[in-house]
Amino acid sequence: MKIVIIDYGAGNIQSIKFAIKRLGFDAVLSSDAQEIKAADRVIFPGVGEAGSAMKMLKSTGLDKVIPELKQPVLGICLGMQLMCRHSEEGDTEGLGIFHADVVKFKTQLKVPQIGWNRIFNLKSELFEGIKEQEFVYLVHSYYVPECAETIASTEYGVEYTTAIQKDNFYGVQFHPEKSSDAGEKILENFLSSPSLLK
Amino acid sequence: MLTKRIIPCLDIKDGRTVKGINFVDLRDAGDPVELAEIYAKSGADELVFLDITATEQKRKTLAEMVRSVAEKVNIPFTVGGGISSIEDVDILLKNGADKVSVNSSAVKRPELINELSAKFGSQCITVAIDAKQVNGEWLVHLVGGKVPTDINLFQWAKEVEERGAGEILFTSMNNDGTKAGFANEALAVLSSELKIPIIASGGAGKIQHFTDVFLKGKADAALAASVFHFKEIEIKDLKEELRRNGVEVRL
Repeated sequence: MKIVIIDYGAGNIQSIKFAIKRLGFDAVLSSDAQEIKAADRVIFPGVGEAGSAMKMLKSTGLDKVIPELKQPVLGICLGMQLMCRHSEEGDTEGLGIFHADVVKFKTQLKVPQIGWNRIFNLKSELFEGIKEQEFVYLVHSYYVPECAETIASTEYGVEYTTAIQKDNFYGVQFHPEKSSDAGEKILENFLSSPSLLK
Repeated sequence: MLTKRIIPCLDIKDGRTVKGINFVDLRDAGDPVELAEIYAKSGADELVFLDITATEQKRKTLAEMVRSVAEKVNIPFTVGGGISSIEDVDILLKNGADKVSVNSSAVKRPELINELSAKFGSQCITVAIDAKQVNGEWLVHLVGGKVPTDINLFQWAKEVEERGAGEILFTSMNNDGTKAGFANEALAVLSSELKIPIIASGGAGKIQHFTDVFLKGKADAALAASVFHFKEIEIKDLKEELRRNGVEVRL
């Protein structure tokens, strides 16, 4: 099993690498298109600001590589948001994989949302062994509204998408690598669930 | 619904925990990694490591500790103590810290908050504020609460938010160490005036204090050290009681 974490200079990817290691797998960090294309699983991380992250993807040409990938791909947090069509953050054009647009929370609640919240309406093999209303760790100010591709939702003033899927592309708004045992189970499902095999 | 967070705080010196820690099941009471793992298993939502090392090796030993914690622990953690530059933050985040907290260095040079949030994103920049009520006014204090300034707590908190902090860790020097409860009045003002989350610190002594800090102080998270380290309060018992009182927690 060859696992590649896309390294484009965005955020804390060490934690994802460590979480994968705790599950008994090894992951390599790479920004090399050939290496990414050859992997069995690709993880597309990201924290920070959408506009500057997208600029980094474009400067490396990875914005063309990622949408063409054929193996299971998991976008995490900002990674998932960048896989959408557009983000209100910095009025940024995304990779256009998911048919959704990212918008800012317009709630009286605290923004960013920081902490543990529940996921429900779980609809994917990604959540095998995960119970409805499980807690996950989230940190974000922008969100993806519910849409036809939503495979898990969360409530924060509004019910929104915390996980999304189209074909071989998966995205999670929460941080599986920081979501205790449940997060590790979701990550493990992504890495080893037979129904995700390419 | 987003849950309220319970955050144990560990003081670190030369890569080891310093406050007396009364865990009978610990093999090595000074090992931050082992302690962090136990807290993660016992239901802590997050951890804060406060580094008080004052040697030249500080940066290296702290980075090594952060890396060891990140390898083993599957909940988020924040690292603070003497952080004053982009380079300091970069090393900690690269080694696996989820957030950093800045304190005195932000008071001395407030632009640091803008620089850090622009470079790393607001979500990983916590600004810690130590304040003390003097003649009715809440004043910001520096150097672990020892040195008073003439800066008003609420004005500074507002500025911190505008400069791009992701959350505020507010420690009341009047309450810290008293075990008589959190500074709920000041916390409630902070929470209503700001849009970013507030972590309450200083004064935890019994479970009721946590109920009060969430219901009266409107805090988003509560931080404590000794009540957890000395097992005066078990996190599981605490969360069950919070839930009975209508406070949403992760159980």
